[in-house]
Amino acid sequence: MTDKKIDKETGVETTGHNWDGIEELNNPLPRWWLWTLYACIVWAIGYTILYPAWPMISGATPGMLGYSTRANVANDITAHEAKNAALTADLVAADLPTLAPDDPLHRYAVARGASVFRAQCSQCHGSGAAGAKGYPNLLDDDWLWGGDVASIATTIDHGIRNDTDPDARWSQMPAFGDILSREEITSVVAYVGSLSAPAEDPGLADAGATVFSDNCAACHGDNAQGNRDMGAPDLTDAIWLYGGDTATLTETVTKARFGVMPAWGQRLTDADVAAVAVYVHGLGGGE
Amino acid sequence: MSTSPLYAPREPIFPRRVTGAFRRLKWWIMALTLGIYYLTPWIRWDRGPALPDQAVLVDLAHRRFYFFWIEIWPHEFYFVAGLLIMAGLGLFLFTSALGRVWCGYTCPQTVWTDLFILVERWIEGDRNARVRLHHAKWSVHKAWLRGVKWTVWLGIALATGGAWVFYFTDAPTLLGNLLTGSAHTAAYITIAILTATTFVFGGFMREQVCIYMCPWPRIQSAMMDPDTLTVAYRDWRGEPRGKGKANRSSGVPDLAHALHNGTDPVATKGDCIDCMACVNVCPMGIDIRDGQQMECITCALCIDACDDVMDRIGKPRGLIDYMALSDEPAERAGKPPRPIWQHILRTRTIIYTVMWAAIGVGLVYALFIRSEIELTVSPVRNPTYVVQSDGAVRNIYDVRLRNKSGDVRQFNLSLTADTPLQIDVEGADAALNVTVPADTTVMQRVYVTANPSDPAATTHSTSLRLWVEDMTTQSRASSATTFNGRVQ
Repeated sequence: MTDKKIDKETGVETTGHNWDGIEELNNPLPRWWLWTLYACIVWAIGYTILYPAWPMISGATPGMLGYSTRANVANDITAHEAKNAALTADLVAADLPTLAPDDPLHRYAVARGASVFRAQCSQCHGSGAAGAKGYPNLLDDDWLWGGDVASIATTIDHGIRNDTDPDARWSQMPAFGDILSREEITSVVAYVGSLSAPAEDPGLADAGATVFSDNCAACHGDNAQGNRDMGAPDLTDAIWLYGGDTATLTETVTKARFGVMPAWGQRLTDADVAAVAVYVHGLGGGE
Repeated sequence: MSTSPLYAPREPIFPRRVTGAFRRLKWWIMALTLGIYYLTPWIRWDRGPALPDQAVLVDLAHRRFYFFWIEIWPHEFYFVAGLLIMAGLGLFLFTSALGRVWCGYTCPQTVWTDLFILVERWIEGDRNARVRLHHAKWSVHKAWLRGVKWTVWLGIALATGGAWVFYFTDAPTLLGNLLTGSAHTAAYITIAILTATTFVFGGFMREQVCIYMCPWPRIQSAMMDPDTLTVAYRDWRGEPRGKGKANRSSGVPDLAHALHNGTDPVATKGDCIDCMACVNVCPMGIDIRDGQQMECITCALCIDACDDVMDRIGKPRGLIDYMALSDEPAERAGKPPRPIWQHILRTRTIIYTVMWAAIGVGLVYALFIRSEIELTVSPVRNPTYVVQSDGAVRNIYDVRLRNKSGDVRQFNLSLTADTPLQIDVEGADAALNVTVPADTTVMQRVYVTANPSDPAATTHSTSLRLWVEDMTTQSRASSATTFNGRVQ
């Protein structure tokens, strides 16, 4: 023990390691600290055996306990649905138009509908339900096929102009490019534009009125306020699905429009359809 | 070349029983702190039928914290933040004035270790008996004593872990569930973990926790200054230490004694008789005569031990004492130290006290101006506005209405603005009343509409204020927000 080196300043033994005159003191760690380290290593080995751990070519070692976060989520969802079974049944059986807003079932429907909407509907209608060109804004008071909760539920259930559901809402606007002359289209566009904004060329718009009553009024109505039985839009209000400028209106009249919505009744449960209907009805435009 | 091993085993410590003023103070603090900890969950506090009747309850499931008459919602977490800041400033204050007084008197690690050592002494005897037992070979007697000690420790540990979970749910119900085995798994796991940590930390780790695991000692040592009162040894009075005559005045050396001990017969002895009382009572296993050191938790037990010895050998007390570093030069020169209050009342401690009190007053003030109803308004910005079929411009707001009372209330919504704006409430009646259940937040969609001819419809941003009125108490709350017009 004669060759023990003691640091003069601190009186602590050094390890004998010396770097440019700086010596390393040996303040030994407690031994339990070392055992804790070993225990952690043993724990880690056991953990990688029991739980999914080592990456392999395709996937990872599954672990002996068969633990899977994916399976856990599935279990959680199943358990959640089982817990809500009574509410779900009530929602399917409920008469939606008479469901009071402060009814707990209504609150449940809004919450459930919101999550379904974000997952299934927001791709076209937007996460805020404000729509986009060709995809209706669900926040306003303008409805193509009806804005009461029953009509909304029917629209969601069967969809619009799809081939998969025979009960889908259906109508088809002719492409007037093949029917009307270029001048007639120009005049009817001017007339339609003048219904919601001051006419730029009153004479042209007056000529268009005749074209309108001969060709368009059958669906859009004599007063151009639309027809919900056919999903024909109101052309007199401030809202345009595709756009109210001359170029867009000309395109619409010439080539027609054919907006399609899937029949969600084929993909969602009855409760989900009812929930989304209640949610959409409560976004601000519900009638 | 041989060096000491890189890992050192723990040196067992056998603190001796000690009596005195500081020991008595520590018993009282132990009784008080443990009493508060174990009994608080059992205090009842009537809050009406809709709310729990436990005085102190952290209701994680329902996102509420109850403290006697105070109920804290998650959005009022700033109260907790304020309390934590006060706790931090309190630590600064006490550490700068009295050193590691938290460690020595009130830290749970110290309190529970003290309790465990007390149990140890009751069962195995005082220091000498425990040292003997430690070195004795395993026998039925030793196994019996160890078994009893560990069982009592485990009982205390179980009570400690058990008391913790009672803070988080109704205590009597949980106790029943725990006993019948029907409590939540989380309760059992929490109790198991806290029982294990209490048992191990209090029984076996003890000073190792303070030296190697706890960050407080290092942080606190940064807050001390030369005026801080801390436990220290007056080496100028005590040294040279040693047994035997310490007569500085007679001038007659005790030659026989010096010869017998092989010491310098001419050197006078200090007051320290090297009886090791201060070392034997130390729960950290250190020698305070080596000066201030990292391990010292300033529990002051060595002061009690030394004072006792000084009394017996007829010397003045205070060889080991609370003192400040700044007094050392004066004391070495034979002058009296400055009075205690001058060490405690300093600019630094006064600033800490003022800051601590200011936050406390602010929190109390905030507590009293809280209203029973509240609303928060988040304007929907997806989209920023909606055009209605008649050209009117509408903004949507998600309004959270909070009813903190214990009854169902009708909340009436209205708005004030400098320009014409209409308010509508989704699903509400014509009077714009919304039913909010007791102790609940309801999320309500609110619409504000500007007619096409109104200025707000074409203005980029218009200020408005949404109001909520409790129809029962007529108390009101409001929140300012903005309306976005259609600007092209």
